[in-house]
Amino acid sequence: MISVERMTKRYDGILAVDDISFEVQQGEVLGFLGPNGAGKTTTMKILTCYMPPTSGNVIIGGKSVMQHSLEIRQNLGYLPEDTPLYNFMPVLEYLHFVGQIRGLDPAYQRKRVGEMIEVCGLEDVLHRDVRELSRGYRQRVGLAQALIHDPDLIILDEPTSGLDPNQIAQIRTMIHEFGRKKTLILSTHILPEVQATCDRVIIINRGRLVADGRPDELASRLHGFQKVRIGFAGEGFNAAEAAAAMRTVAGICSVESCGTEAGLELFELEAEKDIDPRLDLFRMAAEKGWPLAELHLERSTLEDIFRELTVGVEQAVATGPAS
Amino acid sequence: MSNQTVTSIVSGNIWALYRKELKAYFNSSIAYVVMTVFLLMAGWFFTLDIFLVGQATLRSFFEVSRLIFVFFIPAVTMRLLAEEMASGSLELLVTYPVTDVEIVLSKWLAAMTLLTITLAFTFVYLFTVIILGNPDEGAVFGGYLGLLLMGGAGCALGLFTSSLTRNQVVAFVLAFTVLFALFMLDNLLMFMPASIGALVEYLSFGYHLDNLSRGVIDSRDLLYFSSLTVLGLALASDRLADRRE
Ligand SMILES: Nc1ncnc2c1ncn2[C@@H]1O[C@H](COP(=O)(O)OP(=O)(O)O)[C@@H](O)[C@H]1O
Ligand SMILES: [Mg+2]
Repeated sequence: MISVERMTKRYDGILAVDDISFEVQQGEVLGFLGPNGAGKTTTMKILTCYMPPTSGNVIIGGKSVMQHSLEIRQNLGYLPEDTPLYNFMPVLEYLHFVGQIRGLDPAYQRKRVGEMIEVCGLEDVLHRDVRELSRGYRQRVGLAQALIHDPDLIILDEPTSGLDPNQIAQIRTMIHEFGRKKTLILSTHILPEVQATCDRVIIINRGRLVADGRPDELASRLHGFQKVRIGFAGEGFNAAEAAAAMRTVAGICSVESCGTEAGLELFELEAEKDIDPRLDLFRMAAEKGWPLAELHLERSTLEDIFRELTVGVEQAVATGPAS
Repeated sequence: MSNQTVTSIVSGNIWALYRKELKAYFNSSIAYVVMTVFLLMAGWFFTLDIFLVGQATLRSFFEVSRLIFVFFIPAVTMRLLAEEMASGSLELLVTYPVTDVEIVLSKWLAAMTLLTITLAFTFVYLFTVIILGNPDEGAVFGGYLGLLLMGGAGCALGLFTSSLTRNQVVAFVLAFTVLFALFMLDNLLMFMPASIGALVEYLSFGYHLDNLSRGVIDSRDLLYFSSLTVLGLALASDRLADRRE
């Protein structure tokens, strides 16, 4: 459905998006994850034909955003960051305005406005001016605006930022709902967001694509190994001997002693990413008669990867000159 | 892009946009304030003519209206694009299936509508003159036509200056500067050598408005105002397209 090839965007001097390539399949829910300033909004502005890339190709539904912007825009719903709606219009009128500007046939428009009111839960605010709405309602009107023409592609820029947990849950439910039938791209700088809503995540940092995959897949793919915590109880137990024995277990790369804690002798092992060594470790402990008290496999979470990949920026921000 | 721009210059969408712009005017106090100020000032000079000069004519009304337009038009056009850029709503607007030309045209039409409604209120003065005296029909027609044409050109240029900045005050000042220059040009003729004098005269509002107010509708005057209008609209639409580079 979408094919982005070597896309680069430069704002006089600032390299906002640096040679990014990716594809999006029909029906996929894709999350763009990255810290502030990573280039998420810029990427979305290019996909929505707001502006062309400085170089590279962006093909949506077989059409280039440079040559066929109008046709692409007809079949696309977009909710920009900060939800810039027309404040002076009452909600109902605003929805009809968007329907008209989208060139919907009047009967179909009435039907769609009705559906949007229901799906987005706008019954109570129909005659209120957009400017009077709470952040949550404003966001729902923003979603209704993006969906009113039943587009195949929906692009949402930070759809839950600035909302309280309740509102976030509501918006996520809606996103889930459309995500089942449509191709949906959303951006966020918050991790749980992609884990909660996306089939696939692309992590970008300082304009570069640093990871691309399913949220659960990404964890093991990027991290070379997984961590195992193991603890033995009791006296007369030889830590050095145990460490040496554990090294021989298939898949274990390293063993580190973590000392004793609450009567337990603790170790942290690193295991190859595709192997679960827990069963072998358990059998070995049973054979040798070591009193195994704790055995825990930690898959690295997306959070770890995200931090690892973007730590450069975070540090630069933390230690850089105040600006 | 350019092909599509040409083929769909006027689609149904433009009316949705146009209504939205009009609503924005009448929802804020801008429309009411500028209309009231215009009518009060123009009315003041009109009444002066009747009571001080003892003449029931629209001549001073037309003359002073030109000057008031130099302030009035920038006040009407300053928000058109600057406000949408500042609030970010332009970002959404241009991702709807509308062309830059449609956006610009609908905004210009809304500004022209406001201006035309304002001028329509001045028919009160016209009727007064008809009752009290015997106005020259050609001059009245030419006077109104001149104001409308000047309004068209001014709104187009104001729309362009509004596309240059997110700050409405800056947009106002820029538009005012351009219009004031065009307004003042023919007053500076005496300081200029005759060789460039003719050109400067042709560029000024006053020269063409004077022609029209004599009741003579000359295609050169129409061409002057329509060229300025097209120029302003084209520059504004270009700016919209450029902003995306
Ligand atoms: N209009 C602009 N002009 C200049 N620089 C910009 C503009 N918009 C964004 N940038 C810069 O481009 C980079 C990427 O920004 P953006 O795409 O907004 O990131 P994100 O949405 O991931 O926070 C940032 O360094 C930002 O300062
Ligand atoms: Mg952003």
